Amino acid sequence: MILVWLIGIFMGGGTAALILGQWNKSIPRWVALATALAGFLLVAIFWTNQYQMINTHPSSVWLVDFKRDWISSFGISFHLSIDGLSLLLLVLTCFLGILAVLCSWKEITERTGFYYFNLLWILAGVSGVFMAMDLFLFYFFWEVMLIPMYFLIGIWGSENRVYAAYKFFIFTQASGLLMFLAILGLYFIHGQNTGMYTFNYFELMETVIPSETGLWLMLGFMVAFAVKLPVFPFHTWLPDAHSEAPTAGSLILAGLLLKTGAYGMLRFVIPLFPAAAEQMALPAMILGVAGIVYGAVLAYSQTDLKRLVAFTSVSHMGFVLMGIFSFNELAFQGVVMQLVTHAISTGALFIMAGMIKERLHTRDMNQMGGLWSRMPKMGAVGLLFAMASLGLPGLGNFIAEFLILLGAFKASVWITTVAALGLVFSAAYSLRIVQKIFWGPQDGYGHIRDFSLREILVMTTLTLSIIGLGLYPQPVIDTAAPAINKLVLLLETDKTQVGKVTKPDTQQYLVKKYQESYVRK
Amino acid sequence: MSENDFFALAPLLLLSGSAVLIMLLIVAKLSHRIIQISSLFLFFISFLSLFYIQKILPYNVGTLLVVDGFGVFIVGLVIFSGLVVNILSYIYFEEKEEGPREYYVLLFLCTLGASVLALSQHFVSLFLGLEILTVGLYALIAYLRGRNHSIEAGIKYLVLAAFSSAFLLFGMALIYLETGTMVFLQMIPESTKSLSPLFYAGLGMMLVGVGFKLAVVPFHMWTADVYQGAPAPVTAFIATASKGGVLAVLFRFFIAIDGFKFSSVMFVLACIAAASMIFGNLLALRQRNLKRILAYSSVAHMGYLLVAFVPGSLMSLQAVCFYLFAYFATTLAAFGVVILMSGKNDDAEDIDEYRALFWRHPGQACMLSFAMLSLAGIPLTAGFTGKFYILATAVQSGYWPLAVILALSSVIGLFYYLRVITAMFAGNSNSVPEVKEKHVFFFRAGMLALSVLAAMIIWLGIYPEDVISFIRLIAF
Repeated sequence: MILVWLIGIFMGGGTAALILGQWNKSIPRWVALATALAGFLLVAIFWTNQYQMINTHPSSVWLVDFKRDWISSFGISFHLSIDGLSLLLLVLTCFLGILAVLCSWKEITERTGFYYFNLLWILAGVSGVFMAMDLFLFYFFWEVMLIPMYFLIGIWGSENRVYAAYKFFIFTQASGLLMFLAILGLYFIHGQNTGMYTFNYFELMETVIPSETGLWLMLGFMVAFAVKLPVFPFHTWLPDAHSEAPTAGSLILAGLLLKTGAYGMLRFVIPLFPAAAEQMALPAMILGVAGIVYGAVLAYSQTDLKRLVAFTSVSHMGFVLMGIFSFNELAFQGVVMQLVTHAISTGALFIMAGMIKERLHTRDMNQMGGLWSRMPKMGAVGLLFAMASLGLPGLGNFIAEFLILLGAFKASVWITTVAALGLVFSAAYSLRIVQKIFWGPQDGYGHIRDFSLREILVMTTLTLSIIGLGLYPQPVIDTAAPAINKLVLLLETDKTQVGKVTKPDTQQYLVKKYQESYVRK
Repeated sequence: MSENDFFALAPLLLLSGSAVLIMLLIVAKLSHRIIQISSLFLFFISFLSLFYIQKILPYNVGTLLVVDGFGVFIVGLVIFSGLVVNILSYIYFEEKEEGPREYYVLLFLCTLGASVLALSQHFVSLFLGLEILTVGLYALIAYLRGRNHSIEAGIKYLVLAAFSSAFLLFGMALIYLETGTMVFLQMIPESTKSLSPLFYAGLGMMLVGVGFKLAVVPFHMWTADVYQGAPAPVTAFIATASKGGVLAVLFRFFIAIDGFKFSSVMFVLACIAAASMIFGNLLALRQRNLKRILAYSSVAHMGYLLVAFVPGSLMSLQAVCFYLFAYFATTLAAFGVVILMSGKNDDAEDIDEYRALFWRHPGQACMLSFAMLSLAGIPLTAGFTGKFYILATAVQSGYWPLAVILALSSVIGLFYYLRVITAMFAGNSNSVPEVKEKHVFFFRAGMLALSVLAAMIIWLGIYPEDVISFIRLIAF
């Protein structure tokens, strides 16, 4: 029931913000803050309660389950369920949700009701994606998070917002529809094999798929997740969307929406199509490495701060892709860590970019410089997160990338070697951020104020989390461990049976029924 | 005719009776308001009569008409569409110079024609229904005779519809020559192998005729101009009722003669479907006129419906019924907003007129957004469930290419639907909400009707189970 509550809180809070926004411009943000806090508390309390359970009974993977019939004619149910992996991502969702509200506090002054409505509905969609165990429902939430995001970019973004919003929407929608076709294909194959038509994830996992069909269906899923993650040739929507979105939009895009892609691969691609996924492993790892290097090189050559951070995301997500397709426990653990730490470190950089833009009214790094002396607090925090982004030991990202490289090394030595080179590039662009923005000569801007109390609050939580994750990542790894072990087990007992699928003669049935019902008269 | 025949035909009889009654009211020189309200009442009664005849279904009326679940469902949609158009018509026509009274007579006749189509199982009733519908539409399209666009649209429709009727008639004649019967069920060819060229030619010509009425590619040329030129309520009617009726009779004809087994015919239909989806969406991309956008989008939507049609499975029928339901609600909602927005001299066609609508008329803007999202097939709306149904039908029977084309072309479609929505949210949020003073009662009634439509769109999107099981119940 807690899962339904979570979605209900976000949707209800969003609607309340929209309605109350008609009367007063500042009420919606308080409503949104309260909603996000309530959601966070709910999940955090649940996590602390379950944490003991996870450690003592690692065999029971699913923590809580909720199932009701929805469209029973098609075997669609409203089925939510979470394991450790989902739980972590849900905590992350709520955590970033609070920060997103806080960093929009002053930035958004127009149409606040509608803004917070969109923001909270994105959170609802994202949490739905992390919980849905019915493939139809999953697709449903997958789409629900898109529309509000489109509005968020398209209405409150910067100059080129309409173009960016379109591009984002069309990329994700097209790939999503292909996934939907793959879902339908899987549904009918399962139905024709067993006579039971259902979208239930656990049932569909048992489906015996002919290997060639399996590959196509897997590609259908994969393309949607690859666009979201993003994987190297499908990434072009990302820099535009990230740089044009308002700060909270960039934060949520980088922190949550990209994670849904990785989550989809872990949750659906590998368990549903283990054999096909193994066929894909090498190309996927190569694409991952290509993303790492390509993202890093392009990041280095950007002058727009937000675009730079956006390209670092491409690079970091390359690690995720490589880790997922290394198929071993270490790499999977690294991937989970990377999902969490990247959300925090990149989120922090985006928030910082937003704060700088608020003060200097530009994102162009050539017009910045010498900010450390004006804003020492921001300088210190900026340095910390730049270091996190390059993977300095002691900060969370180091653990993640180290684990991924360690795992990938088992899978392929050469690919890992190239990926490790990517770390050099990341050092280059991270240091460039610091050098361009905080050091160097300061040209005449007027008075710039340092962090306000609200900004200190936001940045302190982010700093504490990234250091905490760097020094003691065990809770995250422990929580995700049962889910990861299950995944590894599944890959080892890979099934390779080939089933036979026959096309039913459905149309003759209709014709016969029609004729029977009238010829008689 | 027996007593039961009259009973089964009650909805049709009520519709024709209403046309006569309204004519008498016009003679009595009653005001527009009274005529509008009484025709609304009559529409309502006709609609209710559909529930009344449920218990005798299915029922053959001679060899001409068959009153069955499927037919009644389509008739229900058609009458519903007439009803909504009727509600919205007052506010639209009251402002105009032309006397709007005869309009209601024609509306009844067109509704009657479309309903006859949906129930016909004989060439004669098919043609009768089609002509009642089309001839009524000639007049309706050119109803605002002061406007150049209207006249142009009327003439275009007249020429092309007459042309397509000729094709249809000739096709029927050829099939009659071959089979010696006009009853659908009796003309089943014994085997596909020995099928004569005459039969094929007849079928082909009939498809041309039907294609024109449905406005599928390559017979779509008239759509945009007619949609643009016709008065907005009439456009709504053409987009929904007339297409629904024609599609229903096409379906019935194909099931009856088992046309799904002629692979060459089905291949042609599949090509038409693919072309309609692709070109309909592409052509709409560059339009800046909302009525033209909706015209091309309707071309694409007919393509989607044909995708469900082509597999010819039991699920096809359900998918077509469901999608038509969703499409009717959505299209009516979209045109409803256009109607309410239209002024005295011009229809609100240009996208620019919708700029910042969200801040001026939040209610109307929300409804238009729902309609656009539903046409685009976004979850939480009826269009999504409908598209799911269609895709499921295609995938179930293994028509993967059609399913993929549907998915990808609907992405193109997103582009222009989103443009409408973006326009509504763009602009200054501080503009003062306008207050529409005139005809407060009818404005409220229109808004109420639109709210019901919007609620239906959402309901079908969130909880379609009731409608799906209802459709399964009635579909043979």
